[in-house]
Amino acid sequence: MALAGRTAMWWARLRSPYPAASSLCVPPWLPAGPVVCERLYSSRGKEKLDMAMYPVESIRNFSIIAHVDHGKSTLADRLLEITGTIAKNDHNKQVLDKLQVERERGITVKAQSASLFYNHQGVNYLLNLIDTPGHVDFTYEVSRSLSACQGVILVVDANEGIQAQTVANFYLAFEAQLAIIPVINKIDLKNAEPERVEKQIEKLFDIPIHECIRISAKLGTNVEKVLQKVIEKIPPPQCNTTDPLKALVFDSTFDHYRGVIANIALFGGEIQKGQKIVSAHSKKRYEVNEVGILTPNEQATHKLYAGQVGYLVAGMKEVTEAQIGDTLFLYKQPVEPLPGFKSAKPMVFAGMYPSDQTEYNNLRSALEKLTLNDSSVTVHRDSSLALGAGWRLGFLGLLHMEVFNQRLEQEYNMSVILTAPTVPYKAVLSSAKLIKEYGRAEITIINPAHFPDKSSVSEYLEPTVLGTIVTPHQYIGKIITLCQDRRAVQKDMLYIDEQRVMLKYLFPLNEIVVDFYDALKSLSSGYASFDYEDAGYQAADLIKMDILLNGNPVEELSTVLHSDKAYATGKFLCERLKNAIPRQLFEIAIQAAVGKKIIARETLKAYRKNVVAKCYGGDITRRMKLLKRQAEGKKLMRKIGNVEVPRDAFIHILKRQTDK
Amino acid sequence: WPYCRKRCSYCNFNKYVVPALDEVAVGSCLVQEARTLLRLSRVQSITSVFFGGGTPSLASPHTIAAVLEAIAGAAHLPTTAEVTLEANPSSADTLRLAGFRAAGVNRLSIGVQSLDDAELRLLGREHTAAEARRAVEEAQRLFPGRTSLDLIFGLPGQSQGAWARGLEAALGLCDDHISLYQLTLERGTALAAQVWEGALPMPPQDLLADMYQAARTMLVAAGFRHYEVSNFARKGALSTHNLSYWRAEQYIGVGPGDAVSLPCTITGAHGRFVPWGEGSSSREARVQTLEPDAWMREVQSQGHGTRRRVVLSSLEQLEEVLALGLRTDEGITHKHWGHFSPHLSLEAVFGMPGEAKTLEQQGWLVLDSNGLRCTWEGLALLDSLLPDLLCQLQR
Repeated sequence: MALAGRTAMWWARLRSPYPAASSLCVPPWLPAGPVVCERLYSSRGKEKLDMAMYPVESIRNFSIIAHVDHGKSTLADRLLEITGTIAKNDHNKQVLDKLQVERERGITVKAQSASLFYNHQGVNYLLNLIDTPGHVDFTYEVSRSLSACQGVILVVDANEGIQAQTVANFYLAFEAQLAIIPVINKIDLKNAEPERVEKQIEKLFDIPIHECIRISAKLGTNVEKVLQKVIEKIPPPQCNTTDPLKALVFDSTFDHYRGVIANIALFGGEIQKGQKIVSAHSKKRYEVNEVGILTPNEQATHKLYAGQVGYLVAGMKEVTEAQIGDTLFLYKQPVEPLPGFKSAKPMVFAGMYPSDQTEYNNLRSALEKLTLNDSSVTVHRDSSLALGAGWRLGFLGLLHMEVFNQRLEQEYNMSVILTAPTVPYKAVLSSAKLIKEYGRAEITIINPAHFPDKSSVSEYLEPTVLGTIVTPHQYIGKIITLCQDRRAVQKDMLYIDEQRVMLKYLFPLNEIVVDFYDALKSLSSGYASFDYEDAGYQAADLIKMDILLNGNPVEELSTVLHSDKAYATGKFLCERLKNAIPRQLFEIAIQAAVGKKIIARETLKAYRKNVVAKCYGGDITRRMKLLKRQAEGKKLMRKIGNVEVPRDAFIHILKRQTDK
Repeated sequence: WPYCRKRCSYCNFNKYVVPALDEVAVGSCLVQEARTLLRLSRVQSITSVFFGGGTPSLASPHTIAAVLEAIAGAAHLPTTAEVTLEANPSSADTLRLAGFRAAGVNRLSIGVQSLDDAELRLLGREHTAAEARRAVEEAQRLFPGRTSLDLIFGLPGQSQGAWARGLEAALGLCDDHISLYQLTLERGTALAAQVWEGALPMPPQDLLADMYQAARTMLVAAGFRHYEVSNFARKGALSTHNLSYWRAEQYIGVGPGDAVSLPCTITGAHGRFVPWGEGSSSREARVQTLEPDAWMREVQSQGHGTRRRVVLSSLEQLEEVLALGLRTDEGITHKHWGHFSPHLSLEAVFGMPGEAKTLEQQGWLVLDSNGLRCTWEGLALLDSLLPDLLCQLQR
């Protein structure tokens, strides 16, 4: 197996942080002209595969979708083994999950692809397995991956049954009108209940029980049957080699030597080395250097034909050049771009600062390298009077944020301060002056400092998500209370079998970004699952809350929040601040204020005694060291009015609370 | 004297509890080191001697006499020099105390700590309140006007009333010098562990402040001068030895981890002096080997157990002068400051707008024709004032 050493490239993640507004542009209709493919490739040494052997009829493009830990990656391993794509051995554990963070968390963050060759009833088939990221944060990527498929294998754990993410993934596939092959995995487990899960599938997804395949991906039981079903049930792609080239970029990776490697699915025509192609999104022109398939290693081929899936190297140097969802076509032969292209839209923002400012440059370099592989993270330089120079990062969601942070720690050995996440609010301006200043009536507010006053705003908007919760029924009461506390509105409630309930709620996004998932897990003893999808913006009664120390606002603690939450949050912040600021020579009033109105207050009393009792011979050296350290510390303290606040206090308050 | 019979629950001092001690060997090492260091420093006169450390009253009067003889042999030790010995009530019987007096000790500091048996048990002390009373009375008979007693306040669970009653009782017993120490919970002590585990209550900050203020008021009313943060004296019975620390005077430390100190003076692990013999004129901070066995080996091989010598810069000297001097009621006089800083006056450093001025306006500090000192309120807050003042000094 020649899999070693490819990790970094596999991990390259190349989506541009273009703002959403500028990305839905009209594709360039370049002057039409004849396709000229006069340059012939020359085979360099190794024999290249002739992909013409696989006409559209013998191609199946499919994905595996599943809830976390239901066995998607294990099934992929078995499929790769059965088709001889990888050698069968004990080391094949989540072959497509390369990163430490993926294996540790049992999630797939990064889409992978593999072309499998399989002979069924005398016909050689080309089966393209397009592995999708397994989490809601990457819904857009999932949907792009699915758009390259005609069918999916829906894996459900025979013990756990349908979970929130199963539902979300099913609907993605269903709405894309894909053939769905339900697979009940882990039937080898002692408490497996495949009958119950089949009934759930029938009830919720309207799929007849007899269509479910019971398998054990771990042991290989019935996996061959899954391959046969893929061939029988999933239709071949509907496209034609004689059409003009139309290739969907559904993923991309970055190689330090060759630049961008785009994963493409051909919806028409063929592609080969030497051709000149154009990006429908950027209008930039490139010359194709190499095409090939992923097995799952890159294997160069002479050509790729309509219906096939593979990779392309075309001298793209910048990560921003290969946007997921972009359509590539031949120079002077433009086509209608494939629908659905959009740039990644960050949903969760957090400040990131080096734990130690001397580490700033190292962190910057680590961030640059990591965003080269994960450009769905938006990066803006930011600075905080308390935490120093840093960045404001935008993530697709919470898991994405955690994964990114974990990768920074694991792959770059960086220790960072990550502030509590916030969401992008919007304001519809009513003040003509402000509209002129911003150049538009609706603005997005990422930084509380830019929160416009109510007097110049006709409406504030907050992002919402449609959350799906699947839970054993005994926890319903507690979960409903939790959701109501989070200002959520129930949209649906359905028993998927005698014991399990699916709930749908419309949540304000900011209510779930901090600790909702942890709260849900803890009150359901870990049994409830949760997933969410973007549900647009809704009007909200938003306010900006300031924290004052002896009447002076602390800029870094200002927050935008719903007015219903002001009192509780204000009280909470004041209490935490009280515990984090050392007593000083005078009394300190810690207040939370909305406008001029004080909504919470804590008082930190003045020191009345602070002098060490003994100071004789042996103690003097130690004593002087301590005093000098304190004097040094003074210089680093953030002064708000006359109040000195140590940096630790800000870290304590601003930092995301991970230990619940 | 780094040895104790028993570990007290609050003490993290450099001390050793050993079953069998070769006192002759320890004594001869102390003698040898005192000689070596006095020779190196070329000290001519010793102003005071302090036998501290673990429990010096456990040493035999003979050992104490030998050390004093060695000092007197290497430098001038005037008969008026203060020679203090720290004593525990449990090793302060009449015979012993008389022996120390005969050896040359002329001042006793008795570790009474409390006059309440329950509190003494909590502190892990060996003695009872009755034994403490007897020891103090005996000491006063032998060292009239030159007996000091130590008290501890701020014990877990101690009330303001209990402290006031304890101090009242001590006032009825004491001579002309009292040291009051707020209990510090030191890492690695049994008491701190119990408090941090929650088995004992942490005394509230405000209560400690109240206890301190009440004690100051009571002692001043009883005619005592509050001459240092933790020290009170009447009839001029100030400890010259300790004053020399706070005035940042030179001293020599002898013995492992604070055993004998000499302002150019004998206790301890540390010393600050100008070593004449080595052609250098800068003051040094010296750190003595802590562990007695290692210290003895070093003394036997090289004549002294000084582990580390750090030359103090003039700024560092001034920092010490400031941090130590402000602990006293007279503060830092212009003359005293001028001795360490001939070119930059107190006025020039702290008279300008800055931290000191702000603290002065807030009523915690005074800079006048006498010098720089804390106010009555400021003294209790000194550790909050010092970092600011150090910042200003460093500029």
